[in-house]
Amino acid sequence: MENEACELFDSGHRACGGCGAALASRLILKAAGKDVIVVSATGCLEVFSTPYPETAWKVPWVHSLFENNSAVASGIEASLKRQGRKEKVIAIGGDGATFDIGILCLSGAFERGHDFTYICYDNEAYMNTGIQRSGATPYDASTTTTPAGRCSYGNPRPKKDMPAILAAHGSPYIATTSIAYPRDMIEKVKRAIETQGPTYVQVHAPCCTGWGFEGEKTVAIAKLALETGLFVSYEMVDGSVVKVKKVLRKPVEEYLSTQRRFRHLFKPKRNDAEIAKIQAIADRNAEKFGIDIKLKKPAAE
Amino acid sequence: MPLGLGCSARPGRAKDNRTGSWRVFWPRFDHSKCSKCGMCQTLCPEGCISEDGEGTFQPDLTYCKGCGICAEECPGGAIQMEKEEK
Ligand SMILES: Cc1ncc(C[n+]2csc(CCOP(=O)(O)OP(=O)(O)O)c2C)c(N)n1
Ligand code: SF4
Ligand code: SF4
Ligand SMILES: [Mg+2]
Repeated sequence: MENEACELFDSGHRACGGCGAALASRLILKAAGKDVIVVSATGCLEVFSTPYPETAWKVPWVHSLFENNSAVASGIEASLKRQGRKEKVIAIGGDGATFDIGILCLSGAFERGHDFTYICYDNEAYMNTGIQRSGATPYDASTTTTPAGRCSYGNPRPKKDMPAILAAHGSPYIATTSIAYPRDMIEKVKRAIETQGPTYVQVHAPCCTGWGFEGEKTVAIAKLALETGLFVSYEMVDGSVVKVKKVLRKPVEEYLSTQRRFRHLFKPKRNDAEIAKIQAIADRNAEKFGIDIKLKKPAAE
Repeated sequence: MPLGLGCSARPGRAKDNRTGSWRVFWPRFDHSKCSKCGMCQTLCPEGCISEDGEGTFQPDLTYCKGCGICAEECPGGAIQMEKEEK
């Protein structure tokens, strides 16, 4: 039996204390086990896990380029298949690698139908190069390329719907999950790996350095993202949503006010109009996915 | 050190890097308050909390960065972050 205590993604890596992506990597390997080959694009995970000649990985791991992560994974998968070998292939990329720079090869690999799992750890910006916005950065987040100031409220565009894009490729299994719910995350990664064909898991992984909060709050803030409806945890099978995590929804400001990237919405004075727009995003998510737990109304008098 | 087009590293060699030296606060575990749920071990980004087989959890201070996630998430409040005396 697999020794639960054995860490396949081991200590000594150089992530910031409290890094969500580091926790995501540990949990991915808990789910995958040792019979796996991992490919990673450039980004914080690659840099903090493997500053040559050190590496935290104890499974075969390849650093691809940014653009060709899925192409490298495709090649490995095709070769393993040809050799009749049973190892599973996982490609891991940050949101910049996934939503923007690697989307061409990702699309190609999904369209060709390779049997592999792509996992995006989503920390909602290009963190390793100093917090530039990506297609995954949420509306109004201040980044170094969308700085909030007199003429700007931060990132002017909404987050790209990556799961829907990959669902449109005919992927048999797509899931979103969060480091704050490790059991859910491990189950979804396992299911993705076990499903034949190209599958996708998007893991919400807060970055204390880029979002601006103390490292001990990483899990608490990831939970708030879900509880406010700004992040939705769901599973899609053959293009249809089959399972959604329901919540007793909290107002979005309980999430926004915990992070420096949204500070301009509260200081020097509260920006009700912008907060209302973000609340509307959460309301639309709630409507679209049906995440609200409806409390039973007391019997009519 | 000559590097070719590809180069490889020994699995898990990051262990050479003792990240415990980064710590400012350290997690003190009060085992009398521990309910043995294992949440601290699951959520530690360093993977440096171990269990002795009888449900006693202990951080490995050689690698613990003192992030405080274990203390924040322990449902029973069994972990306190304390200033490190160096
Ligand atoms: C083609 C190319 N463009 C840019 C870079 C510089 N670069 C290195 S890491 C990084 C950020 C990656 O962002 P993301 O994929 O979101 O991962 P994160 O660092 O946030 O974990 C960038 C832009 C590069 N290495 N290669
Ligand atoms: S910058 Fe963010 S993603 Fe990168 S190592 Fe630090 S906490 Fe992790
Ligand atoms: S303080 Fe952070 S690094 Fe140290 S044991 Fe707790 S969770 Fe792990
Ligand atoms: Mg990123």
